[in-house]
Amino acid sequence: MIQCKTSKEIGGMGHSMKRKEDDRFVHGKGNYVDDVKLPGMLYMDIVRSPYAYAKIKNIDSSEALKIPGVLAVVTGKDLEQYNLHWMPTLMSDTQMVLPVDTVMYQSQEVAAIIATEKYIARDAREAVRVEYEVMKPVVNPFKANDEDAPVLRTDKEDQKDNHIWHWEVGQKEETEKIFNDAEVVVKEQMHIPRIHVSSIETCGCVADYDKVDNHLTMYMTTQAPHAIRTVIALVAGHVGLTEEKVRVISPDIGGGFGGKVPVYPGYVIAIAASFLIGKPVKWIEDRSENLQADSFARDYHITAEMAGTKDGKILATRMKVLADHGYTDASANPSKFPTGMFSIGTGSYDYSHAFMEADAVYTNKPPGGVAYRCSFRVTEAVHAIERITDRYALEIGKDPAELRFQNFIKKDQFPYQSPTGWEYDSGDYEAGLKLALKTVEYDKLREKQAQMRKEGKLMGIGLSTFTEIVGAGPSKDFDILGIKMFDSAEIRVHPTGKAIARFGTKSQGQGHETTYAQIIAEELGIPAKDIQIEEGDTDTAPYGLGTYASRSTPTAGAAAAIAARKLRDKARKLAAHLLEVSEDDLEWEPGKFSVKGAPEKSKTIQELVFAAYTNHPQGMEAGFEATHYYDPPNLTFPSGAYICVVEIDPETFEIDVKRFVAIDDAGNIINPMVAQGQVHGGLTQGIAPAMYEELIYDDDGNILNGTLMDYLVPTAVESPNWETGHTVTPSPHHPIGAKGIGESPTVGAPPAIANAIVDALKPYGITHLDIPITPAKIFEALKEKGVLDKPIVG
Amino acid sequence: MIPASFDYSAPSTLKEALNLLKDIGDEAKILAGGHSLIPMMKLRFAEPEHLIDISNVPGLSYVNFEGDHLKIGAMAREVDLEDSKEVGEKFPIFHDVAKLIADPQVRNFGTIGGNLAHGDAANDQPAVMIALDAQVEITGLDGVRTVGIDDFFYGFYATAVQEDEILTGINIPVPTGRFGNAYHKSERKVGDYATGGVAVHVELDAEGTCTKAGIGLTNVNPTPLRASRSEEALVGAKLDDTTIESAAQYASEDCNPSSDLRGSEDYKRRIIKVLTKRMIHKALERAQ
Ligand SMILES: Cc1cc2nc3c(=O)[nH]c(=O)nc-3n(C[C@H](O)[C@H](O)[C@H](O)COP(=O)(O)OP(=O)(O)OC[C@H]3O[C@@H](n4cnc5c(N)ncnc54)[C@H](O)[C@@H]3O)c2cc1C
Repeated sequence: MIQCKTSKEIGGMGHSMKRKEDDRFVHGKGNYVDDVKLPGMLYMDIVRSPYAYAKIKNIDSSEALKIPGVLAVVTGKDLEQYNLHWMPTLMSDTQMVLPVDTVMYQSQEVAAIIATEKYIARDAREAVRVEYEVMKPVVNPFKANDEDAPVLRTDKEDQKDNHIWHWEVGQKEETEKIFNDAEVVVKEQMHIPRIHVSSIETCGCVADYDKVDNHLTMYMTTQAPHAIRTVIALVAGHVGLTEEKVRVISPDIGGGFGGKVPVYPGYVIAIAASFLIGKPVKWIEDRSENLQADSFARDYHITAEMAGTKDGKILATRMKVLADHGYTDASANPSKFPTGMFSIGTGSYDYSHAFMEADAVYTNKPPGGVAYRCSFRVTEAVHAIERITDRYALEIGKDPAELRFQNFIKKDQFPYQSPTGWEYDSGDYEAGLKLALKTVEYDKLREKQAQMRKEGKLMGIGLSTFTEIVGAGPSKDFDILGIKMFDSAEIRVHPTGKAIARFGTKSQGQGHETTYAQIIAEELGIPAKDIQIEEGDTDTAPYGLGTYASRSTPTAGAAAAIAARKLRDKARKLAAHLLEVSEDDLEWEPGKFSVKGAPEKSKTIQELVFAAYTNHPQGMEAGFEATHYYDPPNLTFPSGAYICVVEIDPETFEIDVKRFVAIDDAGNIINPMVAQGQVHGGLTQGIAPAMYEELIYDDDGNILNGTLMDYLVPTAVESPNWETGHTVTPSPHHPIGAKGIGESPTVGAPPAIANAIVDALKPYGITHLDIPITPAKIFEALKEKGVLDKPIVG
Repeated sequence: MIPASFDYSAPSTLKEALNLLKDIGDEAKILAGGHSLIPMMKLRFAEPEHLIDISNVPGLSYVNFEGDHLKIGAMAREVDLEDSKEVGEKFPIFHDVAKLIADPQVRNFGTIGGNLAHGDAANDQPAVMIALDAQVEITGLDGVRTVGIDDFFYGFYATAVQEDEILTGINIPVPTGRFGNAYHKSERKVGDYATGGVAVHVELDAEGTCTKAGIGLTNVNPTPLRASRSEEALVGAKLDDTTIESAAQYASEDCNPSSDLRGSEDYKRRIIKVLTKRMIHKALERAQ
């Protein structure tokens, strides 16, 4: 289906080339932060709070310091002397590095132990005596601003309650009018649960400060090494760590998913400790610390409403969000977007009016709001619109597929202006849904469903036809702490025609070493296997904002294509020189220039590169290198049509995902196999919040499932057989027409599953269930409705 | 995930192991497969000062049919039951349960003895042993004693195995007539402990009347539970739908689940009822 312009040997776009990096990984030769071992290296472990909200009365380190091998116990008071006890968050809020007097969530860092061995450091944790005065925490975000709720952020002078910010977009009055006059209005209150990325590799670093050179090398699990270097310089410049003295190295990363964008206190403490002691300090979180203390994702309470006609025309939508941010707003969003791209929540449908608003509150929970495999709050938005669309179909008794066809933005309406201000670049939603329906044999399935209902069986079919928004982003709107969200590529081709290319992004398993090479191969005709890709070292790679929000292909991938085109232009000049013809007389095919009409007169790209070093024309700069910083003109808008089929045991309510069809449109595809791998992984992380994952807290703010025994990360066993496919609608503004694929499945899958389960329970009159939907939750819902074990009617 | 420091011995005879237990006293712990003990140590829920690894002690890993008993050594691994064709023929319940215990890694290491000695009502083997009326062999320096499974589980992490004793084997009577058995548990995802689990063993006479029944329940009581009323409902009866239904109802009434992340008390009672019904049917099918 995908046409390749290059031969298999060149391996440009469209080839399912095996991932170059996998050799290293399957041979156990990956090099992760925990593999870094430096002479004299010390180890750090962290004492954490057992309470969600408490005053620290005293920290007694004397016993810990008596343990042989324990060198130091660092507390907030120690950091306060250097004004390093607080740090800024990406959202211009502040976060404690170590507390001086108050802890704000269970598992918060309280003190750090530096020791000669990690075992000693761990044992010393028990020996640090901390006296707490426990206070009643704010746990329920709906009660965060009650009269009797304590104001949590007393450190902020102007803060008189626990409200952080209000945000809104759209046409408030007009939308309200449409709702008042509409024939049909549907409304559901939904929670997109607080979840955790749970990457296989936890977070950690080795901070290596050299006192003599006044230089810091920071090996770190980060998705954005360049931005981190700048942040370190901004935070620690006053103690001498200016930006040229800081090198951040992000080696192999074992999964990031947004969880390795933030700066965690542990990193900063390790830097401070190395700075003070003058030796390298390693800090690696354990699994429980990772789960309990590192940034969460989602946690949006959404009231979603849709207004429409009786025969199925959507007229307007309204969404109201309550965002639980924990004790500080440490979201990883572009600075001007407190709710990220939530305003994509008008969906794939054509209507003129929408209004969305959000309020964020502080609670005694870990901070965060990371974009977990999702371009900044898109998962939340897509869940709301796709659920409420199904709710509307249910209300008016229309087939949800038919309703979607009726309302889709049509192919010829692109570029499409959404009511919340986005310009969707391209799409063909009808084609995607048609293919999905055909794949699943939708009509037959609906017949089967009717039959099964007659037999008392519970079967449901759920759809999700979503629009994503990725590739942040154009510099006019998008920045993080003021740094514009461009990204970069630098290509150096060596005299023998082999190349190295470096990027401002950082793969965490996405396969950049392969796909970037394929983009360059496509444009330059140098075989992808001859192109080495490097990322993650701020001393060598060009500046960029990193990898998250499906932005690598849309930004750095575009930069690679354009840098390669600059080189192709140079190659053309060299070819004209060598073949003694004018540039206009040359014809390009992947890998060589030949003279028009005389194809036997040609020069391969390798010959031309060699000439750039050995025989370049007078006046031409020698060498064969190019760099490009790509500032995207718009975001890209991938889309998908997903269908999920479930059967539910009518006695135990165990949910069996029978089928899952995912048709994605990510524009042009660089490597179909890598793209499919991304879809498989993303879908599995899509069933996760739909059926399994949620971080649960009790009224005292204790986490109830802080280990993987109870925080249920699905495995291959829980994954159904994913049936994948795609349609191709290239992005008109992207140099290679690609849109980004990594996050669509995570974003699109949860509502398809929720819709299927709710559809299965339709005979019981269920209209909505919050994810994760578990058998136990279905039981409670039916019990509450008084329909448990009632015979069902089809 | 680093345990507190501890000493380690790996004795090569049972006698040596028992002497070590006696000498070190209550700070010592037997290490079998380590798949319950070591996770607890890593979380520092358990901080034993001395581990006595009994994996070098010979003669504890047997799985044999001997006379009218199936004999299982304490150090036989879950995988040994899972892989034994002979066991599967007479006691398919062991194949049912093995497949539901975590993943192959855990089953390659976890021992049957450890699964019982851990004294955790969430483990799956206890209910199976209750259904099969197992006898547990416990060895001390004074010799071997045998404890019926109903007298084995004392409480949370507490069993009849005393501090100076080692569980050495399990004996299961093999019936001669028609019989069948089955186990299933409801779990939130693979590798999870049971929301509720039910083990059923039935024996039938030539007419199909139930002559003996064993029903054990997992994770719905502080200790592994025998559903006595359900068993009584079956014995002496033809196992028709009404009988099975009432046995299932009794099991759901007599268990004592508590509400937690796996579900409410009500939900768990329902799981027990449904699984009891289904497992009796399955055991019955297997008895044909
Ligand atoms: C991820 C995971 C999932 C699991 N899921 C399940 C599950 O679903 N169902 C289930 O049943 N189990 C499950 N388990 C537990 C597993 O089956 C354990 O292996 C088993 O409970 C204990 O057996 P062990 O040989 O590993 O014992 P160990 O961990 O070595 O010992 C457990 C306890 O028993 C004592 N002990 C062991 N052997 C003897 C003996 N011979 N004499 C006296 N004392 C002894 C030890 O001192 C210790 O106190 C799981 C384990 C893991 C890690």
